[in-house]
Amino acid sequence: MDYLKLINCMRCGMCLPHCPTYKETFLETASPRGRVALVRKFQEGELTATENFLEYLSLCLDCQACASACPCGVNAGELVAEFRCEKKAQEGLSFMEELILRKLVPHPDRLESATAPLRLYQRTGMQKVVRTLGLLKVFPASLGRMEGLLPKLPAAPLRQTIDEVTPPQGKEKGTAGFFLGCVMSLVFSEASLATVELLSLLGYKVITPKDQKCCGAPNMLGHDAEGLQQAARFNTGLFSSHDLDFVVTDCGGCGAELKKYGHHLEGDSKAAAFSAKVADISEILAGEAETLKGLLKPLPVKVTYHDPCHIAHCQGIRSQPRSLIKLIPGIDFRELPEADACCGSAGTYNIEKPEMSERVLNRKVANIQQTGAEYLVTGNPGCLLQLKKALAESSPQVKVIHLTELLKMSINA
Amino acid sequence: MDKSFVKALAEIVGDTYTLSDDESLACYGYDSTPELHSRPGAVVLPATTEEISRVLALCNGAGVRVTPRGSGTNLSGGSISFDGGVVLQTSRMNRIIEIDEENLTATVEPGVVTSTLHREAESRGLFYPPDPGSMNISTMGGNVAENSGGLRGLKYGVTDDYVMGLKTVLSDGEILKTGGKVVKDVAGYNLNHLLVSSEGTLGIFSEITVKLIPKPRTKKTMLVHFPQLEQAALTVSHIIAARIIPATLEFLDRVTIKCVEDYAHVGLPLDVDAVLLIEVDGHPAQVEEDAAGIREICERHRCSFFQTAADADEALKLATARRVALSALARLKPTTILEDATVPRSCIAPMVKLIQETAKKYDLLIGTFGHAGDGNLHPTCLTDERDQDEIARAHKAFGEIFEATIGMGGTITGEHGVGVAKKKYLPKLVGESGLRVMRGIKSALDPQGILNPGKIF
Repeated sequence: MDYLKLINCMRCGMCLPHCPTYKETFLETASPRGRVALVRKFQEGELTATENFLEYLSLCLDCQACASACPCGVNAGELVAEFRCEKKAQEGLSFMEELILRKLVPHPDRLESATAPLRLYQRTGMQKVVRTLGLLKVFPASLGRMEGLLPKLPAAPLRQTIDEVTPPQGKEKGTAGFFLGCVMSLVFSEASLATVELLSLLGYKVITPKDQKCCGAPNMLGHDAEGLQQAARFNTGLFSSHDLDFVVTDCGGCGAELKKYGHHLEGDSKAAAFSAKVADISEILAGEAETLKGLLKPLPVKVTYHDPCHIAHCQGIRSQPRSLIKLIPGIDFRELPEADACCGSAGTYNIEKPEMSERVLNRKVANIQQTGAEYLVTGNPGCLLQLKKALAESSPQVKVIHLTELLKMSINA
Repeated sequence: MDKSFVKALAEIVGDTYTLSDDESLACYGYDSTPELHSRPGAVVLPATTEEISRVLALCNGAGVRVTPRGSGTNLSGGSISFDGGVVLQTSRMNRIIEIDEENLTATVEPGVVTSTLHREAESRGLFYPPDPGSMNISTMGGNVAENSGGLRGLKYGVTDDYVMGLKTVLSDGEILKTGGKVVKDVAGYNLNHLLVSSEGTLGIFSEITVKLIPKPRTKKTMLVHFPQLEQAALTVSHIIAARIIPATLEFLDRVTIKCVEDYAHVGLPLDVDAVLLIEVDGHPAQVEEDAAGIREICERHRCSFFQTAADADEALKLATARRVALSALARLKPTTILEDATVPRSCIAPMVKLIQETAKKYDLLIGTFGHAGDGNLHPTCLTDERDQDEIARAHKAFGEIFEATIGMGGTITGEHGVGVAKKKYLPKLVGESGLRVMRGIKSALDPQGILNPGKIF
């Protein structure tokens, strides 16, 4: 790791009030400034990577709120992830990591088959039986948490049902490549379908290459830099073979990762060109605001917006989703306090660190309740999963939907 | 630190909030001061006045030294323990106990973050003016201990001007109450003022009562460019001589202007010596009149550009240059030495000139920005802690700058505190008698010398 990146931290502490784990604990070791100091002291030989040391680093959500707040451009979340990647590269992947990150995640068909039993499980009423009998108690607690997070799955993943080419309605404006996020396709296919329909309505031909693979974000979470690079190479090649004006995604996590391909594959000009073409759906739609305005019908509902970390902190997108919501006639938009604070989902953090995840989540839920909104809008599947479950339990009157679903609702109103 | 002593601490504040592992100690070995690092022996985060009191009684009895800490944003090494003692962090005590709208006071615990109090007061049409640069992080306890200033110092004063009452835990654990909610109080020594800016050497605050004032009804923001430094400095003096006291009167020098423009592209010209950001607030009629007066004075002093913000959004835009000044400078090099030399207002131009000449002499990059209205400047040296030679030159340069500051009738620190970083310059400023009185006060309140030893003198 580049030592300069570590000593760039001037320890001013501007990150502290933005870090969800510091706000919960007030402990320096649970702050971005503290994490940079830990890695620095490790590099300087003053600390070793003991279990305690790694435990402190693993408390980082990698939400990168600290990066947005840092006056010197230090990204503590990324530095911690980089440190853990370097360590993993030396140790190698475990059997399970190899299985999941290399053999399962990069293959959409395998991922889809793996989740097929879950569909069956939900549809045959098995889920009800298992939950009623409390059968999950015999399995590891993490499995129970995963099971609990899953909302009702669509009949089939979008990747299997969507056409490779969706024609534009009306005069063709350009061609969009659609990057399907794994979780969006598997769990939130309705939202992604809305995304494609919106693009088509606005006059874009949408190409959804069926062979696309996972963006590589799970590899990053598993600190598997090599696996991430393999994903980057493959997807760059695939999308570059089409003539596209831009590549769009409705998954904040994928967007953040795709925009970094140029960085992950340093020196690869094709990857850099690909990354430059990537846009979150809110960026594209905000650019089409005038046309979109003509399509939207009144929707008199109370709405608030949660900034996904991967959209606000990693991609710097904050105003576009808000301006799109406000485009809807009759909408009552209410700003969410601490809107850009992590919801505690953070990839697999909610499974691995349930206690801290819940503390961070509770703060988010209290803020959402305070707005009195009927709809919580967001743009990332991790947040959708986490907040759908939490709000279903505590405030069932609040519905959690993707931005494109809200816009679609207004068009169909 | 002795295990049984750590255990005794844990019996008071609990295991979760008593830290003595290597990793925690490494993380509590610094604050925001560049170059300094020293591990404490243990860290405690008490939750109540009583817990602070019991920790201090225990430490006093055992001769263990204690350094109080808020969010660790100190810039003079004040919150670092240099002798393996206990760091006592007050962040968990973060309740706003009361906003008294009849007496216009707020009573808070020491861990309340300054901007949290701002928001709470402003939501009721009230105003707590001190606004140090770190106000989104810094705690009220730290602000009182350091007597923090900020951008609004010229018109509204500093923390000391607002402290009305304190509950302080003394070195042996005894709890001292001083002042209260009354405006007039001449019963005995004014201990509030003695405790403010004591830098954690006399006691640890566990409750703070501050004065609130009505929130100004409106404000106006102006941005002005000056091709010549002297004209900018004269403008500052003449605005105040014209009986106009702006809420904010901020200054950026040529080096800072270039860094800000490179970083934020806000449209600043690179051929001017100085940029002033001016804000007036108060009754709308007064604000209009003051703004017109300021414009006339700026034009008389040959400003090359004058803009008044039309609305709040534009005001925010105009303030960007000043707001990002530290970021813009800090990004250039890994190490940022941010100082707070303060001179009488009339000496701003010679002081800025002297800083620029000293930077040239020692071949250093120093940008200066700061609170021109009250003479509190922030010469900021951009360097690299790995370059020992450059660091040595930076220290020499600042030595000369502080000498000159004292010569002009100014002070070595306007708002960061003496801590350990400015210790060597203090005798020259306050003299033998000043030191003797301070030492006398210290030994009267902390006979064992356990509270933040080695700081100030």
